[in-house]
Amino acid sequence: MVRILSILVGLFFTVALAWSFVLGAITAATEPAPAMVEHEFHVAPKNVHFSFDGPFGKFDNQQLQRGFQVYKEVCSACHALKHVAFRDLAALGYTEAEVKAIAAGFQVPGTDPNTGEETLRPGMATDYFPSPFANDVAARAANNNAIPPDLSLITKARHHGSAYVYSLLTGYQEQPAELLKEFPDAKTPAGLHYNPYFPNLNLAMAPPLAAGQIEYGDGTKASVDQMSKDVAAFLTWAAEPKLEKRKQTGWPVLGFLLFATILGYMSYRNIWADKKH
Amino acid sequence: MSFPWANEYKPSHPFMKWMDEKLPLPRLVYNSVGSGYPVPRNLNYFWNFGILALVCLTLQIVTGIVMAMHYAANAQVAFDTVEHTMRDVNWGWLMRYAHANGASAFFVVIYIHIFRGFFYGSYKAPREMVWLLGVVIFLLMMATAFMGYVLPWGQMSFWGAKVITGLFSAIPLVGEPIQQWLLGGFAPDNAALNRFFSLHYLLPFVIVGVVILHIWALHIPGSSNPTGVEVKSESDTIPFYPYYIAKDGWAVGAFAFLFCAVLFFFPNALGHPDNYIPANPMSTPAHIVPEWYFWPFYAILRAFTQDFFFIPAKLMGVLAMFGSILVWFFLPWLDKSPVRSGTYRPMFKKFFWFGLIPAMAVLFYCGGAPAEEPFVMLSQIASLYYFAHFLIILPIVSAIEKPLPLPYSITESVLGKDEAAQLAPAQTATA
Amino acid sequence: MAEEVGVRRRDFINIAAVSAAGVAGVGVVIPLVSQMSASADVLAASSTEVDISAIQPGQAIKAVFRKQPVFVRNLTPQEIAEANAVPLDTLRDPQTLAERTKEGKENWLITMGVCTHLGCVPLGAGEGETRGEFGGYFCPCHGSYYDTAARIRKGPAPTNLEVPEYEFTSDSVVKIG
Repeated sequence: MVRILSILVGLFFTVALAWSFVLGAITAATEPAPAMVEHEFHVAPKNVHFSFDGPFGKFDNQQLQRGFQVYKEVCSACHALKHVAFRDLAALGYTEAEVKAIAAGFQVPGTDPNTGEETLRPGMATDYFPSPFANDVAARAANNNAIPPDLSLITKARHHGSAYVYSLLTGYQEQPAELLKEFPDAKTPAGLHYNPYFPNLNLAMAPPLAAGQIEYGDGTKASVDQMSKDVAAFLTWAAEPKLEKRKQTGWPVLGFLLFATILGYMSYRNIWADKKH
Repeated sequence: MSFPWANEYKPSHPFMKWMDEKLPLPRLVYNSVGSGYPVPRNLNYFWNFGILALVCLTLQIVTGIVMAMHYAANAQVAFDTVEHTMRDVNWGWLMRYAHANGASAFFVVIYIHIFRGFFYGSYKAPREMVWLLGVVIFLLMMATAFMGYVLPWGQMSFWGAKVITGLFSAIPLVGEPIQQWLLGGFAPDNAALNRFFSLHYLLPFVIVGVVILHIWALHIPGSSNPTGVEVKSESDTIPFYPYYIAKDGWAVGAFAFLFCAVLFFFPNALGHPDNYIPANPMSTPAHIVPEWYFWPFYAILRAFTQDFFFIPAKLMGVLAMFGSILVWFFLPWLDKSPVRSGTYRPMFKKFFWFGLIPAMAVLFYCGGAPAEEPFVMLSQIASLYYFAHFLIILPIVSAIEKPLPLPYSITESVLGKDEAAQLAPAQTATA
Repeated sequence: MAEEVGVRRRDFINIAAVSAAGVAGVGVVIPLVSQMSASADVLAASSTEVDISAIQPGQAIKAVFRKQPVFVRNLTPQEIAEANAVPLDTLRDPQTLAERTKEGKENWLITMGVCTHLGCVPLGAGEGETRGEFGGYFCPCHGSYYDTAARIRKGPAPTNLEVPEYEFTSDSVVKIG
């Protein structure tokens, strides 16, 4: 009885699935899925190497400082970094005094102690990077209806985030002729910018970097490629300041566990030595 | 509740004697994981995954309690408190990664544990209750994992909550009110977040309770074994301590090694990047998927693309998704073959290795893939096989199959038929 | 003989394996305990700047330092004289007013507003609050009386109100911490 019921229930589901399959197959055969411009022209991030890649990877503080300079002088005009505090910058190799000076260079929201009115005051080491816009509406209004995303987690919030940031910044180009030939309706709208590394190909952000735009303190030549790579490294640090510590903790832990597991295995073999199983 | 030849607990120290009279906890330990619990001597490494599941449950509860110390279940700040844990709390990043990857590890272990049961017929009499309680644990785990994934309040959290509670809206007539009741509103917000947090903290302890029942029910008939032949005599078994403690011990070490390799070097590999974007009710992620351990069931849900007579496709998908797990409850009565172990079941074995396993693999893959061809058609074929396997093939196979000859006993399967060899262990022990 | 050595070697491996498990257990406990201590953002607790220009002699204000109240009090000459008149050997926690203030700024008494008994906030800094029988602060929780140098004079508190680290960045601004 149970078996008959079960076979009936089984037939119910399998026939329903077969029905879905057959209709789906007919549709797939007669109406091929329309080609999508994002499918054909979106490209995976470039293959780029960073010092923090791999299990032994470490941040390069020089590079992080350069990347921070790019963020500060370029990106911070539109993009917040709200999970990062100025005090965190000490990890980049800045001294306490330098951190204080950097913080003081930013205006953060404050309260007038006498009137209680909202005002701006110079930042302190414990403050977090201020948002360049008061709220989403202001951000939208100032940026052609696109909110510039917060960058504190950007490299974790995108597949292959570090390479993605680098590729996006170096990936602006003319819309390819084949694209327009194949998809005449897909012309990049006015105010947007073609970038094959962006998921839907058209990015509201104008190319933010130009060669020589920044003068690096350490004398590195500020090419677009160099700045993009530096800021991608800085944002990777911003997204996971504990990355280096994580990898450095990992090795002794794995080493010890390997040792303990081998001991455990030997002990197991010992104990079972006279038992056939 | 054990075999007559089990060692008896004999406390020698006066304190232990005193304790044994007042609260026989040491006796309980001795009889359940000590020398007083005889276990089949021939268990293979698939039998280690029960202990590993217990290790995972402990890991999740411990790291979860830590996470709760730094978390605030409020839609305004939930995301920020998780980031605060990652950045500023001492070892917070380790705790958070361990908790997130611990969920994945738990499911890896539990899937192997379940499929061990499928192959070796662990669900069959006299262990039906062990199996039923196990399925209950699995359902509780899924609920707990789902609610836990909502808590960081990232994009996948929010849209996962919306889509999964949306499943209930498929129920005719009362569906929409039920979804609103589950969420405490029209969309996921503070009310939903708070109740998910509350339940996410509660359910693991319910799981602990059911695990105790699961182990209790197991200890009545004792463990099954790879031959599926029941224990007949003392030579079929060895005491849990020290033999299986040693074996489990090194297995836990190996597991910890693999887990830490992921934890320290690929902690985000199993998560979705979109969950590092704060929840945004105004924009759905381009490619919304649950965590990997739900993929097979998600694939089944999406496989139903056509209305079936008067049943809408959406309702069919939801019925099938829940049905695909509920069917496990009936397994002991669907597979009536008297032989437990798949090793001695030639037909069953073929359907298991060339049917169920590939179908599950396809469902796993398609559940994580976008809802496009060929993935939809593949998951339809795989889902079809999945239901056919449990509801049609197993009942028929178990009726018509001619099993291979079974060994007389576990001892025979281990030592061969040589009578002298059977007696050998006892002789060497005295020599 | 050879067998005995074998047995000992086996025991050694078993003991080593169990010990390794113990070490692993301790290793797990370390982060579990340490996660409860103050996090980086709390440890980086900011310093507080207080504008004291509006505090008239005899008045006091409450500022916030490390999530705790700080009393900033402008002592009157009479209060200073009262504090200096107390013989040190009668005090539970002997300190002079000069030791508890900055040189040349003896009228500015800056102390934590945290009773050293069990951490309540004493009365006496707010407008109209009782200052107790020694004219300083009075903690109503368990009846500790502090004098005009915020020294404990009567009641259960063991020590004087704590003086935090501070400096005058100008005549009208004091930076605490």
